[in-house]
Amino acid sequence: MSGARNGLARGLPDEQAGALRKAVRWQIFTVCYTAITITAVAFVLGNSQAMKTAWIEDMLSLLPQLSFFVALIFIHRRPTPKLPYGQHRAMSVGHLVAGVALLAVGGSLAAEAIIGLVKTEHPTIGTVNLFGNTIWLGWLMVLVMAIIVIGPVFLYGPAKAKLAPVLHNKLLYADADMAKADWQTNVASIVGVLGVGIGWWWLDGAAAVFISLGIMRDGFRNTRAAVSDLMDQRARTFDNSKRHPLADDIHRYLAGLTWVKEAGIRMRDEGQVFHIEVFIVPRADSLTAERADEITRALHDLDWKVQDVVVAVTTALPDHLDLPHSLGASS
Amino acid sequence: MHVKMVDRARLLRAGIVAALVLALTGCGISIPSDPQGTLDRATGEELRIGLAIEPGLSEGGAPPTGPLVDLANEYATSIDARPEWEIGGEETLIEMLEQEQIDIAFGNFSEDSPWSDRAALSRPFTADGGGAGMIVALMPLGENALVSSFERFVDDTGRAQ
Repeated sequence: MSGARNGLARGLPDEQAGALRKAVRWQIFTVCYTAITITAVAFVLGNSQAMKTAWIEDMLSLLPQLSFFVALIFIHRRPTPKLPYGQHRAMSVGHLVAGVALLAVGGSLAAEAIIGLVKTEHPTIGTVNLFGNTIWLGWLMVLVMAIIVIGPVFLYGPAKAKLAPVLHNKLLYADADMAKADWQTNVASIVGVLGVGIGWWWLDGAAAVFISLGIMRDGFRNTRAAVSDLMDQRARTFDNSKRHPLADDIHRYLAGLTWVKEAGIRMRDEGQVFHIEVFIVPRADSLTAERADEITRALHDLDWKVQDVVVAVTTALPDHLDLPHSLGASS
Repeated sequence: MHVKMVDRARLLRAGIVAALVLALTGCGISIPSDPQGTLDRATGEELRIGLAIEPGLSEGGAPPTGPLVDLANEYATSIDARPEWEIGGEETLIEMLEQEQIDIAFGNFSEDSPWSDRAALSRPFTADGGGAGMIVALMPLGENALVSSFERFVDDTGRAQ
């Protein structure tokens, strides 16, 4: 298997190395794009709660990218006696931090919007003087929100959504998922501002509540996904939708070994890569150290994500292992 | 791929809704509008103006005088309204704005006015050619047609920043 030998993509097969380089480029593009949209929205913010909420969401959307970059520094560090599993979990930690931040800020924005609605605060949106013309600021808000939706929905959202499964990167997937749903924020803020425009002052607060609930939902989903991995749940697909199919490939391989009577595995996601413990009940007098080593080698060849394999030999399989599908393992 | 197509379809639908909203505005709804209809009520009738006395800007009397009063009169005329004066201190004027007893308040209010969460601030303008610096007018919160109409007036008369 050929693979990148140095730099960012060290140790990855060609396909993943290419995807990782592309992902980094898209993350840099996203950070630049978002910096521009944050600045543009700042100029037309006015007193609209919906615009303010969308603006803060824009800033929060940088968190997954920053976590991604910080995690990149750590995930390639080799295991040491002090950190014997390597530092792949940095990706999950970043994921968790981003999730909790989204949840907290989303909650505070929702509370702010609801309080504004209860106190019947009428948002004031005046005019600006643009090159000698007096223009209602609301029109500029609508224009800016309509233009900046292009990036997340048509450019970097779909691009990252394509790269995330290749890299088995949940942080990237969650990031792409949020970006693709960004149009809801922009449409909501446009509806809120136009509502204020026609005199329905409450539509601005309602839009702000809608946007902040979206932020909270993102936060909840990210937190839940990150916590599940940190709690060593059995490895699942990049979108957390089902048990990872690699488990079945491993079972198929193990079932083909004539000297193995029974086998089960524990496979956990360390963030991009898997750590696998294989439990073997050998047939009588058939176990050798070479045969056990052969399992480790074969599993490494099955998938690039296989990072660390431990083979344990027992007389009876412990409970709670992942067993071949026909034996009752479900998603 | 499928997810992306659904997203685009939704975006299209949202665009249609936005277009409908815009079309509706063609049928008698103007943007921006006042939730309390202040500008509509004042136009062609009377504009209730609150005035804080400030040396050099406004002086009491019946009617009051000064550059700020001239500006207010001129604005009232621009919307075919008769000015109706209420003289009071700043705090009193804020309360009157909140209780919808006046439509607009003038005084030595600055852009950094502490009243900004109780009243809508206009963009800064000058009442006397710049001598007293930039001031703002206060209007009821969220009366966006009135705010926009007043700001257009200060733009059109060259008083804005």
